[in-house]
Amino acid sequence: MNIAALFDHPLGRLEWASLPFWQMFQHPTKDNIINGCIDTGAASLVVIGAIVLVALLTRYRLWRPLWSDWLTSADHKKIGIMYIVIALVMLARALVEAVLMRTQQAFGLGGGFLSPDHFGQLFSTHGTIMIFFMAMPFLTGVINYVMPMQIGARDVSFPVLNSISLGLTAAGAALVMISLVIGKFSTGGWSGYPPYTELDFSPGVGPDYWIWALSLAGLGSTLTGINVAVTIYKERAPGMKLMHMPMFTWTALCTALLMIYAMPPLTVATAQLALDRYLGFHNFTNDLGGNTMHFANLFWLFGHPEVYILILPAFGVYSETISTFSGKALFGYRSMVMATMAIAILSFTVWLHHFFTMGQNANINAAFGIASMLIGIPTGVKIYDWMWTMFRGRMRLTVPMVYALGFIVLFVLGGMSGILLASPTIDYQVHNTVFLVAHFHNVAVPGVLFGMLSAYHFWFPKAFGFRLDERWGKVSALCWIFGFMGAFFPLYALGIMGLPRRSVAYAEARYVPLEWVAFGGALLILAALLALLWQLWVSIKNREENRVFVGDPWAGRSLEWASSAPPPEYNFAVIPMVEGRDAFTTAKENGRAYLRPETYADIELPKNSAMGPTIAVIGFALAFGLVWQIWWLVGLTFLAAIASLIMRGFARDTTRIIPAQEVQREHQRWLNAVAQARAISRADESKPSNVGLALQAVGGVVP
Amino acid sequence: MNPMRLPVEARTAVTKVPVHPQRLSDDPSSCPPRAASTKCGRATAFGRWVASFVTLLMLSACAGSTHLSFLDPQGPVADAQRVHFYWVLGIMVVLVAGPIFLLLPFFVWRYRYGNKASRYTPSWSYSGLLEIMSWSGPILIVIVLSFFVWRDAHLLDPYEPLASEQAPLKVEVIGYDWKWLFIYPDQGIASIGTLALPTGRPVLLHLTSATVMQSFFIPALGSQIYVMGGMVTQLNLQANAPGASLGENTMYSGAGFHQQKFTARAMSPADFEVWTGKVRATGMPLDAQNLQAIAQPSTRSDLIAALPGARSMDGDVYFNGVSRSLFPAVVMATMDGKPRLPDSAFDHAGAAMPDTGAASHAKPEHAR
Repeated sequence: MNIAALFDHPLGRLEWASLPFWQMFQHPTKDNIINGCIDTGAASLVVIGAIVLVALLTRYRLWRPLWSDWLTSADHKKIGIMYIVIALVMLARALVEAVLMRTQQAFGLGGGFLSPDHFGQLFSTHGTIMIFFMAMPFLTGVINYVMPMQIGARDVSFPVLNSISLGLTAAGAALVMISLVIGKFSTGGWSGYPPYTELDFSPGVGPDYWIWALSLAGLGSTLTGINVAVTIYKERAPGMKLMHMPMFTWTALCTALLMIYAMPPLTVATAQLALDRYLGFHNFTNDLGGNTMHFANLFWLFGHPEVYILILPAFGVYSETISTFSGKALFGYRSMVMATMAIAILSFTVWLHHFFTMGQNANINAAFGIASMLIGIPTGVKIYDWMWTMFRGRMRLTVPMVYALGFIVLFVLGGMSGILLASPTIDYQVHNTVFLVAHFHNVAVPGVLFGMLSAYHFWFPKAFGFRLDERWGKVSALCWIFGFMGAFFPLYALGIMGLPRRSVAYAEARYVPLEWVAFGGALLILAALLALLWQLWVSIKNREENRVFVGDPWAGRSLEWASSAPPPEYNFAVIPMVEGRDAFTTAKENGRAYLRPETYADIELPKNSAMGPTIAVIGFALAFGLVWQIWWLVGLTFLAAIASLIMRGFARDTTRIIPAQEVQREHQRWLNAVAQARAISRADESKPSNVGLALQAVGGVVP
Repeated sequence: MNPMRLPVEARTAVTKVPVHPQRLSDDPSSCPPRAASTKCGRATAFGRWVASFVTLLMLSACAGSTHLSFLDPQGPVADAQRVHFYWVLGIMVVLVAGPIFLLLPFFVWRYRYGNKASRYTPSWSYSGLLEIMSWSGPILIVIVLSFFVWRDAHLLDPYEPLASEQAPLKVEVIGYDWKWLFIYPDQGIASIGTLALPTGRPVLLHLTSATVMQSFFIPALGSQIYVMGGMVTQLNLQANAPGASLGENTMYSGAGFHQQKFTARAMSPADFEVWTGKVRATGMPLDAQNLQAIAQPSTRSDLIAALPGARSMDGDVYFNGVSRSLFPAVVMATMDGKPRLPDSAFDHAGAAMPDTGAASHAKPEHAR
């Protein structure tokens, strides 16, 4: 092939028919018009949203602050917040898709209103987004924000790499969003099983969007895993041994290790599929030696640890919130650490339970079935230890605690259905039905999502300096909990009644009543999301009443509460010395929490870098070029990526100094506020009098 | 139309039975009013929910409807799965959920912030006894459950032949987009839309796919199993009582996926004889041209519309003169990536022999 041929099709596979409304005008049948309108509406939301955002940024002259304070920032806290913003935006989209699917199924007896192809895209984007662009950015954001402060560090080990990871995740999310406007997403589900996703059966760009979105996100996560693990190993405050780390940091470490080891199989699987689709390989085709079973193995060798990548940080959050709001040290810390590690290791030994029905022999199925149940042991220990943490405590039913209680009850049920699925003989009956859908939502929603929302409420005051509205938070939490029950409990029954997952419609009238219950539950979940947004609005409006500048609104136990809210960009004016667990609680009890140091030193921080946004733009353009086979764009962006990495290699001046004087001024301002603040008891926790100073605990008693 | 009456009808109404292209598996309206589920439109969500669970429990009482679930088992495999399901569920409700659901509300109430009377031990974070209990409880439960898992995984291995005095009926299943082709190699017939089974006799299925990965599933009879191109999986099932059960593909396979249903019709051995004879007499030849039509991505109703001269007793399609070499030929062709089958795949020698009710004639050797 000569070079000129690269420019034969300057727009690759792009054509007018790639636009969502094209088919509706070409073939205006009823079906096409309904689906075209929904498609076009969704695409318009993306386009209009982008235009409004640009207009607002221009109107309020925010481009410069956006660039220099946020996009190029290497501050782990800002990167963490940006991750969570991505997660919330993607959550809104994928949740609306879920409601649309439930609506379709409620009307699905004999047809419904969505075309099968449209429905296929919906469940594929819903799953892909919820896993890779909602849950992953959310937990990565929380880890990014909280973990360095919990270990008394100023930043992560590789701050610019952190920004690049964010850029890659953002590029992947943008690719999924643009698929709404141009072309179609895959209909092969979030797991993208070949041969369905091979060229023979899916010739369009859909699976390509899926492959490259996952590749970008997967690369970002691998780099995050390395960054988090190294940070925890190398950046802990003096005196903090591994067994002194807060539980959330432990779970962050396990998740980081899982990211490092579990992402490569996914990258290999999607790369092999890309080779099949782009270069005519036969890795997973039916013919010429291809074997789809290899994909299933590789995908779930990633997929199962992924489940624990998602759930472990949530477990960490619950450990922090239950201990804090029970006013008690975490029960069985050693057991908790051992259980977390056991889960991390066992998670690599159970992948086969995702396909008990593929025809392997009974010994293999039984062995993997038992291995799967083994994970129930450390998980059960954790549940019990959380309950022993509440035992003989003084429990405040704040929003994070409401989520935690909802989590324990629902997660036990989800775990029970998991044990059912782990028995091969029962799995033969409920696999691939909506029973399975109910199960993984039953662990993912109360587990991961409630955990992340709990983290959002818990650490929001730390990040922004004011508490979130308690009442609307509870409304939202209860809507989530009961909405979840309404939306997913019926699916257990429907699955037992033989309804396959991913069914756009059905011919069995007996499914209808339960489908309507599930539809009602989905609407309640939508209400929960709206209540969450409303809560944010109300809280911003009333922020002056809820300021907690002193920084310790919940009588916190670990070091992130030992600084102002929001914290200075260097986190700690003086790096704390640590002697044991619950470092901040100990410091408060010994009267060493708010000491005035005699001297201050200069603080070195990473300089801003444009590498993150650069890689985001390059990554997005490269993936877009690959999807649409715009080869000149692929070549150009590939070279640009290499060039930017080399150029970064020549950057020598990568840090800046915060002078001691400035540190001192800022620190004294905060200490003066501490001195003037009135300490409150936990009875006044959600009142305006809570400015972030807790009454001194004596003998561990949280007053 | 009541599917159970098919063989009788087949005897009396030989000439013309209209085709119902829209019909999927079973006309839902044919079932007599059952429970409250279909008429509780104005009931509350909770009421509907309860009603539906009641409906589920009453499924077995609803004669004439399609059996949907293994909780309404029609054969020994599904029955064993139902028992296993209840055992595991029971153990967990009592040992896992029970203590937690009792203790948690009690703790929340007793140790609430406002209750200053309860004991408060803020730095207490270790108890050897509680730790041993926390670990040993789940360990014991998993040991008990592992016993069930190991025993039943072997007992219900889908590849294990079912214990029976009769030799199993052989059926070869090919998954197409979006229909199943059932070949009865010993009878020389095939069908789409209906899998007829004689009651009380084990059925040995060999399954493959001529397209993407699918999953073959008859919930009321037993296990599901994946079907994959170029590969053959196996499944042993048995129906105990006459009746119609839902059959389906549970692995998403494209636009017509949700319509890839069939009816597993269990009938007495005598009725099965009549059925095979009927199919042999009225079916159309399964030749290269017809197989080509089947292989197109289409739902069953689309296929019937596309098949030239399709004669159908009941919205399903029947074939006679089916060669024993067809199934292995499809497996090989899918593996080789050659859509066209060799002529030998349609070789009629040895096909269309009358069924003796047992595997008395030579067993075909398949390429697997």
